[in-house]
This record gives sequence, structure tokens and C-alpha cells, in this order.
Amino acid sequence: MTNDELRHVANEVRKGVVIGTHAAKSGHPGGSLSATDILTYLYFEEMNVRPEDPQWSGRDRFVLSKGHAAPALYSVLALRGFFPFEELETLRHIGSRLQGHPNMLDTPGVDMTTGSLGQGVSAAVGMALASKHWNEGWRTYCLLGDGELEEGQVWEAAMFAGNHGLDNLVVVVDHNGLQIDGTIEEVNSAMPIADKFAAFGFRVIELADGNDMAQIREAFTAARESTGAPVAIVAETVKGKGVSFMEGQVDWHGKGPDDDQFEQAMAELSREA
Amino acid sequence: MAETKKIATRVSYGETLVELGAEHDDFVVLDADLAASTQTGRFKDAYPDRFFDVGIAEQNLMSIAAGIAATGRVAFASSFAMFAAGRAYEQIRNSIGYPRLNVKIGASHAGLSVGEDGATHQCNEDIALMRSIPGMTVIVPCDDVEARAATRAAYEFDGPVYLRLARLATPVFNDPETYEFKLGKGIVMREGTDVTIVACGLMVQAALEAAEKLAEKGVSAEVINIHTVKPIDADLIARSAAKTGRVVTCEEHSVIGGLGSAVCDVLAERCPVPVRKVGVEDVYGVSGPALDLLHRYGLDAEGITSAVEGLLARD
Repeated sequence: MTNDELRHVANEVRKGVVIGTHAAKSGHPGGSLSATDILTYLYFEEMNVRPEDPQWSGRDRFVLSKGHAAPALYSVLALRGFFPFEELETLRHIGSRLQGHPNMLDTPGVDMTTGSLGQGVSAAVGMALASKHWNEGWRTYCLLGDGELEEGQVWEAAMFAGNHGLDNLVVVVDHNGLQIDGTIEEVNSAMPIADKFAAFGFRVIELADGNDMAQIREAFTAARESTGAPVAIVAETVKGKGVSFMEGQVDWHGKGPDDDQFEQAMAELSREA
Repeated sequence: MAETKKIATRVSYGETLVELGAEHDDFVVLDADLAASTQTGRFKDAYPDRFFDVGIAEQNLMSIAAGIAATGRVAFASSFAMFAAGRAYEQIRNSIGYPRLNVKIGASHAGLSVGEDGATHQCNEDIALMRSIPGMTVIVPCDDVEARAATRAAYEFDGPVYLRLARLATPVFNDPETYEFKLGKGIVMREGTDVTIVACGLMVQAALEAAEKLAEKGVSAEVINIHTVKPIDADLIARSAAKTGRVVTCEEHSVIGGLGSAVCDVLAERCPVPVRKVGVEDVYGVSGPALDLLHRYGLDAEGITSAVEGLLARD
């Protein structure tokens, strides 16, 4: 796909995030929208997956370690053809396949159950290790939040990945700068993020605008060419990206839009398209 | 009587992993810097390419094992019970239990019989923790023969399993020629009519000794070995309780949430009879030689006998 085509898809993904969190009257739109462009690139350009055969053993794996961005993952998966887009309206409803946080047993295309921060990245390390151990060649991608870096387990995982030279693993940090209690600097900063991953043996790629498709493409292309070490892409993003009243607003971390806000958000995204 | 051979169930586990390694190549073994103690070091020596040491990082251990299992393989993950079930509880619950992944947790050094290391390392709460996780299978083997069979059963079973293993070498009393392990099925070790003694782990041997002593006093005790604490053999326990009318449970674990609680859950619904729980009362352990500790906390034949007598006395 061209970058323009990917931008168009990303815009549709954003609509799915708004639709899902509105229908759920809850969820995490801010951190879903910051990660939308990266997720779109992964599923529509980077990763080798088969929507018609979600369990295909040769697929690349993705682990949403920041599991609360589930609305964005579900929206991408739906648009990629893993399940109907209309199903996003069932997000967080009783009986839905779309749980508040991803569960691999419920949702086609979800490779790992996540939601408790810090655990997904270790699981991704396990997957990358398995792919190498059994010589299967597929790659593993993992998306972390910047607030999530406060979890000690992230660094346990990073230490192991670095020491084992897992160059089939790409960890992306969605650095939108905000967590529930405030900015990451106010709460307990994990900065400098790039230096930390480098110290743990990663090749670090700094992605100046993680909401820009051309730059995202450059970063993942460079990651694919890297050998001998795992890659960390530190992506500067905007929380709530694409919906004016959510952008950069910490209070949009964990709530759904009401009816008026839904209308406004969808109108903005429709103009974008 | 010939001297009974003594083997720690952690050794049985380590040796069985090596056997399984020769038979299957679809699993790996992970440890967290305790391979020499948990006995996964035996597998490491035999199959160095199939063994991964994550270092002193039990949370990472469990979640990496989950990631490996998510690719359709089996991962054995070992540490001490304290750090496996305790420290990594939430990783086990959310990344292994909830997605029902094929991770087999081989947790050694469970219970008071850790001995000299003391309270920080004596995990008397792991059965309670693991039992509370939906879909988790919890196995507490009583001797070498059972531990070997349980390790194989864990490998073959589709889903997460917690294997509770001991540091202390204990008598081998099951006959490997006739012993049969069926997941979720208790074993009547001795039939009786006056009281049912339900035990797991090293307390099975103590229960058999207690039954001998009670027999000398004219009390007929039925001894049931519940190696699978979850899913528990409710039918067997309820049937025996209906016959004997009283139950004593025995475990090297807290009386809160372990085998005793699991048995009481069954009896409360199916056959309410008086119960005494022999286990660690709501306290921490202390440092000391394992056997002395077990005696001090009443986790031996003497403790069981007096619990049975106490139960009989209330009639």
C-alpha cells in the first residue's frame, strides 16, 4: 500500500476506535489513537498474516503489551478482515468477542492475551525465542506504552532479549507522554527511553513522528534490515491523535465519548477522509 | 524391613524432564537461576539448546513461558514455589491461566520442608493461590513414583499445570510396577471405616503411618491420596466420608485455602461431616532441619493421630 492509502486506512481505524469506545461508554481512546498509525502500518504493510486463517503457524506475531489500546487493535483487525467491522459496536459488552483488554481465546487475530502491563513484552520475547528455536523465520512485534516502562518486568524482558540477540523482535514504544495520573515526567519518568533500551542491548530507532506514515515506514524498514540485536522503535506520538478535543488530553486516557462528542469526532474524521 | 529408598520429588521431576526430552522435541525448559536446586539442571546438561535461564526474574520467566506456549508448544517453567506461585502469581493468572496456555510450572521447595532457609522461602500458600486460578490444574505428588508419573501427565495434558515439588528426600512407597496416575483421580491407599484421612504430598506417607498406629488402637482409618488437588476427586472424597462419617485432611501447607479447604468445599455440598485440618496454622515457618520442623508444626503421623483422636472424642 502507498502511504496515502495507509493514511486513509488509519483514518478508518480511528473511526472504529471512536465507534467502539462510544458504544462501550468506556475504554481507552487516547492511547488507542496515538498508536493507530503504527498498528495500521503493521497489519496492512509490515506483518505477514492471513485473516482467513488467523492461526496460521507461519504468521508474524503481534503482542499489544499496552493492552488497553484494544479498541485500536480490534479496529485494525476488523478492517484487515479478521472479523466484521460492525462488531466493534459490541466492544466491552457482555457476550462480545471484544473484551476490554485483548484475549487470544476470544478474538480472531489476537496473538496474545494482554492487559496487565509489562507482561506482553515478555510474552513477545518468548515468541521470538520460539521462532528462533524452532527455525520458523516469522517475526514478532510488540507495542508498549511509555507509562508501561515503569513496570520492572519490561526491563527483565529487555535484558533477556538483548542478551539473546533476538533480532526477530521489534519493540515499539508509543511515547505519547501521558499516563493516567499525569505526564510521565510528573508521575515517574522512564526517560531517557532510547538510552535505556540501547543499554539493554537493543538497536534503537527514534521515530520523530509516530503518527506520520512515511516516517513509520522508514523506521520499520530499518528495523527489518537490522541483525544481531532486537530493535526498539521509540515513537513520539500524540495521545488522542486525530480527534481535536482528545489530542494531548490526559483525561481522555480512559473514558468513552458521549453522544455529542461521538458526533463531533466522527465529523472530524469524516472530513479527514 | 529393608531400608526405604528416599528421593526428593524435585529430583524425580528433573530426571523425568530428561526422559521426556529424549522422546519429544516440542517443548523447552526454563528456569530462573535455580536450575541446580529445582533439578532442571539435569535437563540443561542433557539438552543445553533446549534450556533457557532467564536469571533472577520470575515474572519474566512465567510470561516468556506463556509466549512460547502461545506458539503451540509446551514450556516447563521452574523456580521455588515461593517465587513461582507467589511472586509471579499475577503473570500466571493473566498470561498463562486466562489464555489456558500449555505452561507447566514445576515449583520446587514447597512447604515447610525447605528447612533451614526459613519463612521467606517456605511457601505454605501456593496451593491456595494456584487453586484459585480458573482452569489451573494443581498436582502435589507424594513420592518419586508419583512425581515421575505426574510430570509426564503434566506434559501430556492440554492446559496449564502447577506441579508442587519438594526439596526434602522422602520415602518411595508406591510400587512403580503397579502404580497408575490418573489426573484428577484420588487413590485409596488403605481402606477403613472409622475415619477418612485425605492427604497430599509428603503427608500421604505420614497418613499411612498414622493409620497403622490407629489400627493398633482399634481405629480403622481410610487413607486417600489426593495428588490432584484441582480438579479434585469429589466423588471419591464424598463416598468415603459418607462411609466413615468423619474426615481429617493433611497437607504441608496452610490450613487456609489448601487441600483441607478444597475437601471442605466438597463435603459442605455433598456430605457434611466433622472435619479436622492438619496443616500449617495461620503462621509463618522458622528455620530448622526439615523433619524437626514438620514435627514442630504437627505435620507428621503423631499430629495426624492426635487430630483423628480429637475428632473421635467429640462423638
